Amino acid sequence: MVNEQVAIDHGLKKDEYKKICDLLKRIPNITELGIFSAMWNEHCSYKSSRLHLKNLPTKGKNVIQGPGENAGVIDIGDDDAIVFKIESHNHPSFIEPYQGAATGVGGIMRDVFTMGARPIANLNSIYFGSPQNKKTKNLLRGVVHGIGGYGNCMGVPTIGGQTNFDESYNGNILVNAMTLGLVKKNKIFYSKAAGLGKPVIYVGSKTGRDGIHGASMASAIFDEKIEEKKPTVQVGDPFTEKLLLEACLELMSGESIIAIQDMGAAGLTSSSIEMASKGGLGIEINLDKVPCRELNMTPYEIMLSESQERMLIVLENGKEEDAKKIFDKWNLDFSVIGRTTNSKKIELFFDKESVADIPINILVENSPMYDRKWKKTKLPKKIKINKDELKNLKITNVLNKILADPNICSKKWIWEQYDHTVMGDTIQKPGGDAGVVRVHGTDKAIAASVDSSAIYCWAHPLSGGKQVVCESWRNLVSVGAEPIALTNCLNFGNPEIEESMGEFVECVKGISEASEYLNFPVVSGNVSFYNQTKEKSIKPTPSIGGIGLIKNYKNMISMDLKKIDNLLLVIGKTEGHLSQSIFAREILNEKNGPPPEINLFNEKNNGETILKLIDKNFVQSAHDVSLGGIITGIAKMCIKGNKGAKIKKPKYLINEFDYFFGEDQGRYIIEIEKENFKKVSEILNKNSVHFDELGFIVEKDMIIDDKSKVSIDELKTSNTSWLTNYMGK
Amino acid sequence: MNSSVITFPGSNCDRDIDVALKKFGFKNKMVWHNDIELPKSDLVVLPGGFSYGDYLRCGSMASKSKIMNSVINFSKSGGKVMGICNGFQILVEAGLLPGVLLRNKYLEFICKNVFVKINDRDNSYFKELKKKTLELHIAHNEGNYFCSKDQLKLINDNNQIALLYSDKNGDVNEDNNPNGSIANIAGIFNKEKNILGMMPHPERMIDSALSGEDGSIFFKNLINNLR
Repeated sequence: MVNEQVAIDHGLKKDEYKKICDLLKRIPNITELGIFSAMWNEHCSYKSSRLHLKNLPTKGKNVIQGPGENAGVIDIGDDDAIVFKIESHNHPSFIEPYQGAATGVGGIMRDVFTMGARPIANLNSIYFGSPQNKKTKNLLRGVVHGIGGYGNCMGVPTIGGQTNFDESYNGNILVNAMTLGLVKKNKIFYSKAAGLGKPVIYVGSKTGRDGIHGASMASAIFDEKIEEKKPTVQVGDPFTEKLLLEACLELMSGESIIAIQDMGAAGLTSSSIEMASKGGLGIEINLDKVPCRELNMTPYEIMLSESQERMLIVLENGKEEDAKKIFDKWNLDFSVIGRTTNSKKIELFFDKESVADIPINILVENSPMYDRKWKKTKLPKKIKINKDELKNLKITNVLNKILADPNICSKKWIWEQYDHTVMGDTIQKPGGDAGVVRVHGTDKAIAASVDSSAIYCWAHPLSGGKQVVCESWRNLVSVGAEPIALTNCLNFGNPEIEESMGEFVECVKGISEASEYLNFPVVSGNVSFYNQTKEKSIKPTPSIGGIGLIKNYKNMISMDLKKIDNLLLVIGKTEGHLSQSIFAREILNEKNGPPPEINLFNEKNNGETILKLIDKNFVQSAHDVSLGGIITGIAKMCIKGNKGAKIKKPKYLINEFDYFFGEDQGRYIIEIEKENFKKVSEILNKNSVHFDELGFIVEKDMIIDDKSKVSIDELKTSNTSWLTNYMGK
Repeated sequence: MNSSVITFPGSNCDRDIDVALKKFGFKNKMVWHNDIELPKSDLVVLPGGFSYGDYLRCGSMASKSKIMNSVINFSKSGGKVMGICNGFQILVEAGLLPGVLLRNKYLEFICKNVFVKINDRDNSYFKELKKKTLELHIAHNEGNYFCSKDQLKLINDNNQIALLYSDKNGDVNEDNNPNGSIANIAGIFNKEKNILGMMPHPERMIDSALSGEDGSIFFKNLINNLR
């Protein structure tokens, strides 16, 4: 009954099916075909991306575990380590926003606690279509409720994130969820099985028919029939996951686990095969022993179900009873379903019959890898701004408009729906440059930020890829954290289309260059291709989740302005780059031109010098300059600190719009005490860092170049009302 | 002073309250929901979280847990029992406090700082507390307190209203009601005032590096009152 057409219906290509038959030297049965389709789809096999991901810098002095495990692990000193990763759940979230987003959060938390770490913070990066698109509002509400529903119940604070709107996501929203966990260095758990005849244990929820072919669905483009794919979306139960978290951590406190792997994409199939493959072993599973939620489930359904909140564990012999007691205590299923073997095969039995028998290397090492054709994007020519057009603009009106732009405005409506203070260690809430949590019971704190710049990546993928790494780095520096490592979630269109593949290749190249230069390695991540509906692809959207360390949390910096009369400096040179800026795109309606150029030397030098100033206690508040330029940055600092600022354009740039709205990179705004100006400028000069004296803090207005004035209350209203009005509250 | 914190399946503020109680001098013990007996305690706390996933109704299944018999007996003999957030919901479901907690007015989870006015000081929780209002943190989906008109009159007449959502100066009005609670109620006592249920989390405000320090004022005052 298996033939080429059945294989194609499973998302495999003709030549891939032929390869399977050749490798097996026979035609696979339906369960085996299901297993191949799950292992060889884009989502699990990285067949289009592997070749390029190899070039990412993944090593560094603080890296304990790079890509290839459930999550990356970094050393944060003493005996502590941070486990973290970001992952996409895009396709399911478009089909069913609440469950799609919720299980995205659940999945990434499982990846982290599988490694023995207690999750201590969540972040997310979400992208919706144009606000005018009729689906956007409901998708946004559903996704926010889903993220909150899962994370809040787990009792893990959601400390940061970003939300973007762009018409390219009208038919394909993005939901990227990130989790950080804390673990002792000597208690990290891996997925590599070891030893023969060791019991293979299934724990957690029962297996149902939900999510079958979820991973294959995630590897296909959307068409008008997406509604039919609803059954491929998993259904989450955060309560069970909370029990699973506590039970796993309790078991992990002992010495009985050899390897552990969560059942995520492609469920029991990929978890069992990955564990065996990494250990160079075989695995034998009796599917009759798998706890099932529904009657008469077939081996095919059991192997491909993506039911949530399940784990696979290889245990030491003789520890089964003790382990079972823990899972009984937490009311979770526990079943010995198989054992490790030396066959180097996956052997499945059901109702006393063999239902699958496949050498593991065929599934893993021989999985397809493609060197897809790709097209380079040329750097667009600079646009010429018509200076006459600028004469009619009033700077304060433009500022109000930009602060109310959907991509700039305050996202409080969203993050107030996430519990961001549970666990009692959140010292910087959402809405700042980075979220910060203390390492419980120590003086250390971890800063985390998630960023992306799809517009820049779309205009020129290579520059955009570099920029987004730099932006993440800057956000960490701005709160006084030393950046350590990053995780990336690479959301792109169809890799079989040369333009989309080109965007991927060049963004990855940009990310590599910047992270290599900044010593900011990539330790985990995932790739999401096929973010395309019919002919329409999303803008290339790499999300970067950066992690930094603050050695003493009392030295953390925030962006709210602190004291009247304190001085404001702009660190880094402003050339007035307006192409692809929010000013050019939204005010002048000019969507062409190159993104801002990245100068990695300045980026690193400026950031490191800021950290020196922070270390010497010279910095009262800081904020990186990004979307909307200097004036948007200073406005946000004013709003947060409820103070005004009197600012002036320096003489070297002629046009105030160039200066205030330009999106040149590598810049920060810092607040310092007047009496420290000399010392601060000496340090900046000594390190060859360009800076401008922007102005000083006043009571309640922003005064620009002595001629324009706007109250902070007005700016605040502009900044906070768009989203709440849009969501109708 | 000895305290006990009950951990139900799905509790997630149990560690936070443990940290807070210890910080202010309590000898705290964690008690599993399936246990039968409470350790010797001067205070029992039912923590926040999502006991039993909030399935059926928030707090409803936890209110039938094994340990709850002991908690009920302890409270009947005058023992101090405090329920925070989900703990408040459990106390209501157990019938130890009047009224119910409905979904928030806008049907959304709310996590933010609020001010609450201390409405009654004639009890061991707020006696001697100098401040008129406290800045505390709320994080809930079902904090919309509701009771019948007769019940409201009764709890008013008995001075059972502990905390009211207000502004910084203690002005109670609809503008500073975050969740639609009847009469802005944020916390209530039983008639004898040995049981307190409240939606705000004082345990999240115990350090200047966190959202604020008014929780510290509450706990310091509480342990002094219990001594």
